[in-house]
Amino acid sequence: MLYREAGQFKTSYGSDQAIFPILQDRVGIAVILLVAYLLPLTKNDFLLNAMMIPFLVFSLAAIGLNIMTGYAGLLSLGTGAFMGVGAYACYKLTTYFPNVNIIIWIVASGFFAALVGAVFGLPSLRIKGFYLAVATLAAQFFLEWCFIRIPWLYNYNVSAAIEVPTRTLFAIPITGPTATAETRYLIVLTILVVMTWMASNLVHGRIGRMWMSVRDMDIAAELMGIRLLPTKLLAFAVSSFYCGVAGAIMVFLWYGGAESTVFSINQSFFVLFMVIIGGLGSLLGSYLGAALIFMLPIILRSVPPQLGIPVHADTVEHITFMIVGALIVFLLIVEPNGLARLWQIGKQKLRVWPFPY
Amino acid sequence: MKSRHLILGLTFATLLSAPALSTKAQAEENFVPLLTYRTGPYANSGIPIANGMHDYLTMLNERDGGIGGVKLNVEECETGYDTKKGVECWEAIKGRNPTVVNPYSTGITLQLIPKAAVDKVPILSMAYGLSASAMGDQFPWIFNPPATYWDGLSMIFRYIGDKEGGLDKLKGKTIGFIFLESGYGREPLPLLQQFAKDYGFEVKEYSVAGKDMQDQSAQWLAVRRDRPTWMIMWGWGAMNPTAVKRAAENGYPMDHFVGIWWSGSDDDARGAGQEGKGYLSLNLNGLGSNYPALQDIRKYVVDKGKSQVEKDKFGENFYNRGVYNSVLVAEAIRNAQKITGKKVVGGEDVRRGLETLTVSAERWKELGFPDFAAPISNVTCSDHNGHHPAYMQQWDGAKWVKISDWIQPMKDKVRPLLEEAAKDYVEKNTGWPKRTEVCDKSS
Repeated sequence: MLYREAGQFKTSYGSDQAIFPILQDRVGIAVILLVAYLLPLTKNDFLLNAMMIPFLVFSLAAIGLNIMTGYAGLLSLGTGAFMGVGAYACYKLTTYFPNVNIIIWIVASGFFAALVGAVFGLPSLRIKGFYLAVATLAAQFFLEWCFIRIPWLYNYNVSAAIEVPTRTLFAIPITGPTATAETRYLIVLTILVVMTWMASNLVHGRIGRMWMSVRDMDIAAELMGIRLLPTKLLAFAVSSFYCGVAGAIMVFLWYGGAESTVFSINQSFFVLFMVIIGGLGSLLGSYLGAALIFMLPIILRSVPPQLGIPVHADTVEHITFMIVGALIVFLLIVEPNGLARLWQIGKQKLRVWPFPY
Repeated sequence: MKSRHLILGLTFATLLSAPALSTKAQAEENFVPLLTYRTGPYANSGIPIANGMHDYLTMLNERDGGIGGVKLNVEECETGYDTKKGVECWEAIKGRNPTVVNPYSTGITLQLIPKAAVDKVPILSMAYGLSASAMGDQFPWIFNPPATYWDGLSMIFRYIGDKEGGLDKLKGKTIGFIFLESGYGREPLPLLQQFAKDYGFEVKEYSVAGKDMQDQSAQWLAVRRDRPTWMIMWGWGAMNPTAVKRAAENGYPMDHFVGIWWSGSDDDARGAGQEGKGYLSLNLNGLGSNYPALQDIRKYVVDKGKSQVEKDKFGENFYNRGVYNSVLVAEAIRNAQKITGKKVVGGEDVRRGLETLTVSAERWKELGFPDFAAPISNVTCSDHNGHHPAYMQQWDGAKWVKISDWIQPMKDKVRPLLEEAAKDYVEKNTGWPKRTEVCDKSS
């Protein structure tokens, strides 16, 4: 009833091709952004630290992987390692240049990840599908090995861990233990908003169309004059850039320190599940997937104590595992294209509601 | 299809609308959160410890009505040995006036160390965590009694020196070190290298990544090739039983294979069966259930079905380790009540309680644990560890047997390294807060 486009006329090409062609969508986005930016007012550390910041970090990583797997059709199992490259690069950069603002280094560390990603993307011209997944698996194991075996990367720390020093912005600490959850949340949110906007422009423009044509049929794309290698390498680089920034944010603005095990293959799978559940080839899907996979268990875990049901912590954990697993299977049966597709269907239905045809 | 979506939507809505985040603290209780893991790859080590920690505190509630007349609110938070979930647990409990946090994972401890001072919650990482956090001047909120990993390594070397007839006899020999590839496993490396330099032996490192904990064939093949005179292990979870089994398979002399106190649970050695006979490990606590307090636990908790422990695992080594941990927690709370005069104590009070913590031999007896552990006597404001002794135990094929007296750590070797490491930590973490907490007189 409320959600319909009747009366909204598109009078220019620009408005016709807009990402949010309907006024209600634009209002919705504005409201979401407003709520997101006002969230620190709740002063709820658990909400910000344990739910929102991780959710945003994983959303960013999922966007990164979605660019590669969803848009360019290159299956990757190296996400965790590329996130690690970003984190370690940021750590090294800020130890060498402690006076440069850490936000600059967080973003810059993405370029290191992009470089590494592009190198490991080289075989993608020759190998496809599952075979490429195996090649990226090699990247995962090799980089993980580096994080352990090259002590220079963690400044010869005894525990082989990277520890985040306190860095400030306008004299307010933004990393390290004294940084408040609110400041860290706002920084993560801002980086994420800007990078999502960039990703959205990328995938809706020429480059995104190139990626999608390569994904749908690479021979046809080649015949149309798209050069495969640069396109695929660009997908690798951009995707790794996003993952790298996500990794740097994860360590600097969320964990406050990390061991190499954080960037293990499990992390890669975790992000891959988010992308698959959320919806391949959809930015919204990256958010929805991250929300489902990361936040749902936390919410589920807090239900029994809230209701006063006396169950053991490990039982809750097992039940949560089962419920989330069942939900994933259920969702994939109901809608194999992910949550983003569900949302799209819902939108279509809303448009014609209450008079469906 | 439509109704399905409706159901789905409703499910989500209920879940989200559940007042998920409000957590109410009850005023008349002392809140003791336990970060435990009964799931995940390290559950085999985590379960007995979780049971031990939980049951002793529950027993205090049942038998004495808590500590100082105030009940304990014991609550487990499942971490799965996963740093992410550990930090999540911390966020969930820090606002509820926790007395002390037991992370039970070196990885999680490393993450929480910087947060402890900010959130004013003390961390008791009993004989694990960051060795350097023993330096109370730099780490006023972190406590790791009774001994650090480095103390443990020095005790192992004292034992080896005994058997070899002097540590100088190690010259030219090879010592293998098999460790879990993590902050925990790497912790003793600096001291080990120092020893290698001092005594002129060669160190062979065999690292075991978390994902091949249950395989280790490559590492033990290398051991077979290198033939080290002694093998030292820093293992955890599924790595321990596998290593003992592999050592036995490869014909490594078991009485030359020594594990740290975290590699000495009954399950670790039992897997190898008779072949595992002779395997050594350090230990901090008494064996068996032949202590009055443990009998009380059986009476008040286990027999009443308030524990998750399997009856035949009651009183096993790691169960007792968990009990030991809880004794320290309980004594710290008791101490805090004494210092502050308050009944309900918070993190800041318990920090003071921990700093003046003493458990003398008489006190151990009074608590119902005669000769259960070495007296805790050396914890001070600047030394949050105390470097207390441990003893060596040996697997006789069916159970652990104490085979040595209390072994003192080489304080003279460990202390300078600790000071250096703490200084290094503070330097690297620019903006590390200076200690402002006042030091109480030991009671």
